Amino acid sequence: MKRFLRYHEFYVLIVIIILAIIITSVNKQFFTLENFFDLLKSYSFLGILAVGVLIVLISGGIDISFTAMTSVAEYVMAIYIINLKGNILIAFLIAILVGLALGAFNATLIHFLRIPTIITTIATLNIYYGLLSFFSGGKWIYSLPNWFRDFSVIEVIKLVNKEGIRYGLSIVTIIWIFVLLLAFCILRYTTLGRSIYAMGGNRISAQRVGLNILRLQFFVYCFMGFLSGIAAVVHALLVMNVAPNAIVGKELDVIAAVVLGGANLAGGAGSLLGTILGVTLVALMSNGITLMRVSSLWYNVFIGLIIIVSVCMSAHQLKIKQSQRAVIDIE
Amino acid sequence: MAEEFLLMKNISKRFAGVQALDSVDFSINKGEIHCLVGENGSGKSTLIKIISGVEQPDDGSEIYIEGERIESFQSIDTIRKGVEVIYQDLSLFPNMTVVENIAISQIIERGSRLFNWSDVRHISQEAMARIKIRLPLDEKVGNLSVADQQLVAICRTLTSDVRLLIMDEPTSSLTRKEVESLFSVIKDLQKSGIATLFVSHKLNEVFQIAERVTVLRDGKKIGTFNREELDNEKLTMLMTGKKVEYSQFSAPPTRGDPLLEVRNLSKERNFKDISFKLYPGEILGITGLLGSGRTELALALFGMNNPDFGEIYINRKKVLINSVQDAIKLGIGYLPENRLVQGLVMEQSIGKNIVVTVLDRLRGTLNLIDKKQVENSSNKGVSDLEIRIPSIDSPVSTLSGGNQQRVVLAKWIATQPKILILDGPTIGIDVAAKRAIHEIIRELANSGIGIVIISDEVPEVVPNCSRILLMRKGRIIGEFKAEDTSEEELQNLVNAG
Repeated sequence: MKRFLRYHEFYVLIVIIILAIIITSVNKQFFTLENFFDLLKSYSFLGILAVGVLIVLISGGIDISFTAMTSVAEYVMAIYIINLKGNILIAFLIAILVGLALGAFNATLIHFLRIPTIITTIATLNIYYGLLSFFSGGKWIYSLPNWFRDFSVIEVIKLVNKEGIRYGLSIVTIIWIFVLLLAFCILRYTTLGRSIYAMGGNRISAQRVGLNILRLQFFVYCFMGFLSGIAAVVHALLVMNVAPNAIVGKELDVIAAVVLGGANLAGGAGSLLGTILGVTLVALMSNGITLMRVSSLWYNVFIGLIIIVSVCMSAHQLKIKQSQRAVIDIE
Repeated sequence: MAEEFLLMKNISKRFAGVQALDSVDFSINKGEIHCLVGENGSGKSTLIKIISGVEQPDDGSEIYIEGERIESFQSIDTIRKGVEVIYQDLSLFPNMTVVENIAISQIIERGSRLFNWSDVRHISQEAMARIKIRLPLDEKVGNLSVADQQLVAICRTLTSDVRLLIMDEPTSSLTRKEVESLFSVIKDLQKSGIATLFVSHKLNEVFQIAERVTVLRDGKKIGTFNREELDNEKLTMLMTGKKVEYSQFSAPPTRGDPLLEVRNLSKERNFKDISFKLYPGEILGITGLLGSGRTELALALFGMNNPDFGEIYINRKKVLINSVQDAIKLGIGYLPENRLVQGLVMEQSIGKNIVVTVLDRLRGTLNLIDKKQVENSSNKGVSDLEIRIPSIDSPVSTLSGGNQQRVVLAKWIATQPKILILDGPTIGIDVAAKRAIHEIIRELANSGIGIVIISDEVPEVVPNCSRILLMRKGRIIGEFKAEDTSEEELQNLVNAG
């Protein structure tokens, strides 16, 4: 038990449980497998981006431009599959390639210009989004191909609820799970993954032990691009239309979820479990507010409050730790 | 004759017109413990960088490792030859576990893409076994004490076939006991034929561990000496090129009322039953090991570490010091132990650093800060303390340690304090610059300020203070008159803790 108290994740879990109990007590609808599957589906988009943001934060940087990368990838992908046909794999391939290219551009700027990552990516966010608005003329795309529509409704587990309505676990959730597993393996079981933690923990030390910072940074920002590409297709699958302005503006939601999950904005710390919990918390807040019939305008206020509480708890932990270190055994 | 591991001949290095090293010859025997000493800017770090392949020496320099000429001086080549450096910052990853920190360079060296955790554990356990230590394997390094972190850094070098271990200022933040155990580790390594090159400021440690000592000054080698040939005084002279003499400071005999009086000051887990008096014009030394509560006490007097009970009187009036603002209002100045982090805003200009404590007094019309007054005040600080600066607008980070410390002093002198608390006033400062700082402190005392010097360096405390309090484990365990106390005697008492 005492071991758990040291982990930020534990506190987030407690908040989630409390929140779940409150919501369930107001609306029984919440604690059903159907609602759970539904949440997993609609939050897989945020969840995929959160994984990318987590890795960038661990590396000691930050990326604000991922929503623009996703929008560009989504738009290019949609134009391609409408005009040149294709299949779902091609859709993913196109979106991922666009994402990778934009991520690589970020990485190049960050490494060679040595500008703080937050400034670089705010700049590229505006560049990517600006170019997209210009070339798309702000036009929405509705006419996605039928095969695309068909793919989006695939359910891996099919069930029927008490009222006889069918529901299931969406293929989109499976994509999120795949992304999580991939990131887990990279972070835990590859030298690359551990090196990212090392770089985020102490960059100068990382150089001294012979890590190639350029290569690591390229990986981190390209991986963010890669996941932006996947998230682009997932977003299109979820909403079945493509709007240039649908995603930009949600950066802070994603970053908030990751930070709630315990990732450190200063780099070097953060876990996938924490990120999953962070996304869950954000999902519960939003879903709970709907189920409890509270105005959705309150959503931002609650998210803000939860961030403050959670950051305070972490800071408090740190303070305890530090005060323990200064102990002098008085005789 | 011992066999040479490393032989360097005629090593020179110029940086942008500055001769950092001037035809230095240097050698280290197999399994030897060698100490490299010299003041800042003497070329110590350049020499280390050349040995470790971080910097390339100029043409004409020759380096041999085990008799074999090294042609290319890349880091990776010297590491393969068994030369490892532990820098002062230890190059660890505080966010990662002990095993990862130890094994990481070996894993990178092997170039394996997968991170095999059982290999990693195995590598680090083996390294720890070599120096017979045990650290919690899965603890984050950031949670360890500095001494344990140092052991982690040493273990990391042991994962490869290390033959020469270079340690830059390894003892600067260790307690006495920790230094002892570090030295016993180094002697253990020596038994397995690993040579250690030790860079240190602390002369008493140099004498304790080194077999031979090489002295550098202004980029030139002054000589390599056996330990027996040297003593404190001679080594200081070799390092600075001049004889540094210390006269004993003595306080004025007429005492009057105490400026500051502390009665039974206690704080749980910090210090207990602290009582002492400080008179005007006096320099009071508080000495003790790291962890004796000396810094905690200083912070309490400056309102940064509120005591649980006890009383503080200034000019016979009882006062409460609950915040730094209170302390400043009462005329107390505090020069912190770590000037880089707590004493200075490194990237700001010298002038701005000096006036930061007195901005309130420099207001002109409309209550805005008056530029003219700021200039006068900062220029006065610079000239009073004879700070050597390129320009009043250059960032503090461009100054040497000694001059930075003068800026911190100038900053507090500007407040016209009655009491100055100086925590480690000459940490990391050259021998000659140290003396200059001590001179300034003495002059301040002569002008009637009461000064408290907190330091673990007995050779600093004895000649510069009139009275000395010895702290151990949070209590004052003795008071000494400097005139009646020898450094050796006091040092033994300090170390006994």
